[in-house]
Amino acid sequence: MAATVATVRRPERTLATRIYLIEVFRGLVVTTRHLLVNLYRHARRALGLGGPAGAVTIQYPEDPARLGARARTRHRLLKRDDGSPRCTACLLCETICPARCIRITAEDSPVEVVEKRAKTFQIDLGLCVFCGYCAEACPVDAIHMDANKVELSTYTRADLIWDMAELMDDKPKRPSLPSLHP
Amino acid sequence: MIGQTVWTAVKVALALGFGMNMAGLLAWLERKQSAISQDRIGANRAAILGVSAWGLFNQIADALKGLTKENWVPPQGRPRLHALAPAISLGFSLFCLSALPFGGVVHVAGRLWSLQPLESSFGLPLVLCFLSLGVHGVVMAGYASGSNYGLLGGLRAAAQMISYEVCLAVSLAGCAFIYGTLDLQQAVLWQGRLLGGWLPAWGIVVQPAAFLLFLAAGAAVTKRAPFDVPEGESEIVGYFVEYSGMKFLMFLITDFIESIVIAGLIVTLFLGGWQIPWVTLTGALGGVLMLAAFSAKLLLVLLLLMQIRWTLPRFRFDQVLDLGWKNILPLAMLNFIVTVWGVLLWRLR
Repeated sequence: MAATVATVRRPERTLATRIYLIEVFRGLVVTTRHLLVNLYRHARRALGLGGPAGAVTIQYPEDPARLGARARTRHRLLKRDDGSPRCTACLLCETICPARCIRITAEDSPVEVVEKRAKTFQIDLGLCVFCGYCAEACPVDAIHMDANKVELSTYTRADLIWDMAELMDDKPKRPSLPSLHP
Repeated sequence: MIGQTVWTAVKVALALGFGMNMAGLLAWLERKQSAISQDRIGANRAAILGVSAWGLFNQIADALKGLTKENWVPPQGRPRLHALAPAISLGFSLFCLSALPFGGVVHVAGRLWSLQPLESSFGLPLVLCFLSLGVHGVVMAGYASGSNYGLLGGLRAAAQMISYEVCLAVSLAGCAFIYGTLDLQQAVLWQGRLLGGWLPAWGIVVQPAAFLLFLAAGAAVTKRAPFDVPEGESEIVGYFVEYSGMKFLMFLITDFIESIVIAGLIVTLFLGGWQIPWVTLTGALGGVLMLAAFSAKLLLVLLLLMQIRWTLPRFRFDQVLDLGWKNILPLAMLNFIVTVWGVLLWRLR
């Protein structure tokens, strides 16, 4: 495929632009047009007539945050049909993690088909860079990343560390409380 | 005599109150006007009992925050000068307000009431002088902070303000020459006449070039964008870098008051002051209409200044000084010479 090259002409400094007064006026026309159009839209909406919004602002806590449909956010450990974690403690995710935020300790699995399983599985979301390598590296499809779960803030760094039960949603992540001694 | 003094004191107090409240309103206007021009909403979170009144209460919240913050002076600074600097800056700019003719002279209850707080036959130079005295506060702030950044910001501000004071005065010389007076009230009265029987002889009609030059120089003197090199809050730091709390807000209010003074001078000298064209104002109702007309014109000019502030990018410092010394000043002098010859030839006709 041939690349298309667009040649953009640089604006020249003519006498009209050097005088600057005309350019000031043109700029004022642009900003004033925005001001009046947006005021009209705000007024229409205030009167309940609808129409386009006068501002692009998202008032976040009241209105939901608008993220991409596939925005990577918190991790989720998946389960087998019997409810046990799919993780085989192969440590590939812990190895590939560029932020080194995953800590796994392994133990022998009681089931014959797999050799090991995770005894503890911790992810420190305070360190995580949400690159998604862990989900890519996993050979048994045990770890996924949820989309659009961004409300993860806590009062302390320790509360950002999620353990296995919390990552599997077996236990709700306990709400963090403000601490006087962080 | 005593009654006259009391009346003057009341008028001055009212003018200062007008200025301070107007400054608070301008802070709100600046936030909202910029936000709406830029497709945003603007500050709207401060609310009393769930009522936010389009962000009006944010100014009260800011003032409370400013008053309750720590009064911090840098250890290498000079505490007394540090406290004096914002007071000088604000005080001189506030004083200018009381020399503006908010209204004419009205005949009510058997005596004459002048609606100009301080009547003076040399009001114009008085306002310009006190406006330029504000530069002391700015340099003092930079010096008293004991910080090199603050000092450099103060020097930038001094260079800019002094340069543009010259342009300010020279661009008004033509007006003063045509009106034949330095008294602001007399200048307003002169503009009450009609040219050709229908066109009000406002300064913008008889001195259009001076209007543009004064607008540019005035925007520069208020140290607001596009001439905000002295503070340059986004990349360089200004003379009030070591200030916090209410002392910082006082510098901010000073900029707003200076804007009001410049807008007041524009209204007085170029837009016919308190006059309403083709209408003769008398009595108590006339007085109220005078104040209303002056305020409405003032608000329009302030809206224009604000819109310019949110339209143009900041000039570089050399561009600021070039614009002042190499463009506005020669043009203002040319305007004055042309005006003088024009008036002379008109009289010799």
